[in-house]
Amino acid sequence: MTSVLRSVILVCFLMLSVACSSLRGTGDLGVVIERATGSVQIIDTTQHVSLNRVSGMGDLSHAIVVYSRDERYAYVFGRDGGLTKIDILRGKIVKRIIQSGNSIGGAISQDGKLVAVSNYTPGGVKVFSSDTLKLQAIIPAAYGNEHKRSKVVGLVDAPGQRFVFSLYDAGQIWIADFSSGHPVITKFKNIGIHPYDGLITPDGRYYIAGLFGEDGLALLDLWHPEKGVKRILNDYGRGDKKMPVYKMPHLEGWAMTEDYAFLPEVGRNEVLVVNRHNWKRITSIAVHGQPVFVMARPDGRQVWVNFAYPRNDTVQVINTEKLRVIKTLKPGKAVLHMAFTPRGEQIWISARDANQVSVYDTANFNRIKILPMTKPSGIFLTDRADRIGL
Amino acid sequence: MVKSYNQPLKQLLMVLALMFCVTVYADDAANNITEQRRIELKNLLLQDCGSCHGMTLKGGLGPALTPEALKNKSRRMIEMTILQGRPGTPMPPWESILSREEVRWLVDTLYAGVSQ
Repeated sequence: MTSVLRSVILVCFLMLSVACSSLRGTGDLGVVIERATGSVQIIDTTQHVSLNRVSGMGDLSHAIVVYSRDERYAYVFGRDGGLTKIDILRGKIVKRIIQSGNSIGGAISQDGKLVAVSNYTPGGVKVFSSDTLKLQAIIPAAYGNEHKRSKVVGLVDAPGQRFVFSLYDAGQIWIADFSSGHPVITKFKNIGIHPYDGLITPDGRYYIAGLFGEDGLALLDLWHPEKGVKRILNDYGRGDKKMPVYKMPHLEGWAMTEDYAFLPEVGRNEVLVVNRHNWKRITSIAVHGQPVFVMARPDGRQVWVNFAYPRNDTVQVINTEKLRVIKTLKPGKAVLHMAFTPRGEQIWISARDANQVSVYDTANFNRIKILPMTKPSGIFLTDRADRIGL
Repeated sequence: MVKSYNQPLKQLLMVLALMFCVTVYADDAANNITEQRRIELKNLLLQDCGSCHGMTLKGGLGPALTPEALKNKSRRMIEMTILQGRPGTPMPPWESILSREEVRWLVDTLYAGVSQ
């Protein structure tokens, strides 16, 4: 009698588990970092819900995420040197390693097989197999006669199985070419003082480093690296009257529309508009505070901007035809990051001190949903898997 | 009856307790900083200073600010760095945002070690 009962219970369990594990894709999923608790929430941008929370990832301040090319696995780069591979369908950590003492970001290679991490301590880049997280290469960022190690910033992937990054202390840009299997390093020296972040244009052709120590930007044409690093926008930067900068602007979010690039001014309450083709200044748009992220909606018709402390409870929207602010929103205290859905009908915005992520409709600016999160920071959707540089 | 007898006693105790609190706070280096402001300052320290110095203050673009790291550094130098920033580095001056008293409280907190 009991054995029959046991069988019945077993069959019920089996049926239940089959019902639970219905198939689904990951194209409308994403990860939100909860920086203070070492956890992330996996979100669904169609249903506007959180599906899962994954914990146990250490210090996630300034954490970023890249995706495997099948968009199933998220690689989380933590501040404390942790690199974690998460299966976002199962909501579980697949593998986690501590690869350095202090890291700042990472990227995945063109073929999806290599994950590179940029480290502050010890300064350099480490490259891992995306499958196993087994170490493949170490690139120490040694410079000068004493071979001091520089902090590495602005790491991106570039076409041709390359990684490009900047050496903060050394004032250099390096290309690590993995097309032959082993890294071949090309170094560009004296590119400017204190490059603090880098970006690659969406087509993967130009790498641009922002300079904290002087004005202007360092530009490298990856189609013609033999031409060396050029200086562009000589008057971009803090200028003569150096205003305090309470949060470093992030270049990854630079907005590029067909004709314009929109850049955060450093230390000024302005967004700079530049001609994309000749890198000349067109105008500056006055905004609410010092811009941190300046992001174009995927169709390029709007640019969304968030701001540095202490004016960080606000987001503004710029119309890219009129080149002026058309909307001011208050998503909550300490807005840290924004992410558009792949076709741009929604934007997800994290407000750290409000402990919430808001979803806005970008056509009418209505708030569709508020999701409670613990000190949320970066929001990373799976369409990053398909974009050069991330 | 008992209740009405106790009422003045309770008030007296409360006044005494308040006086005690005020005395304790006056002994503190930062006597004008309210509990609410302390919570804000600690959040600022971990979250905003932490964006360069690491949320655990073990360092990032900026140096580590743990008690161990600050052990051999002069207190005055740290206070001045927070107030006036450090030219040639991304460290901004905070004197337009924080009072001297608040900076002193922050430095006390750093030397004591910040609980997360």
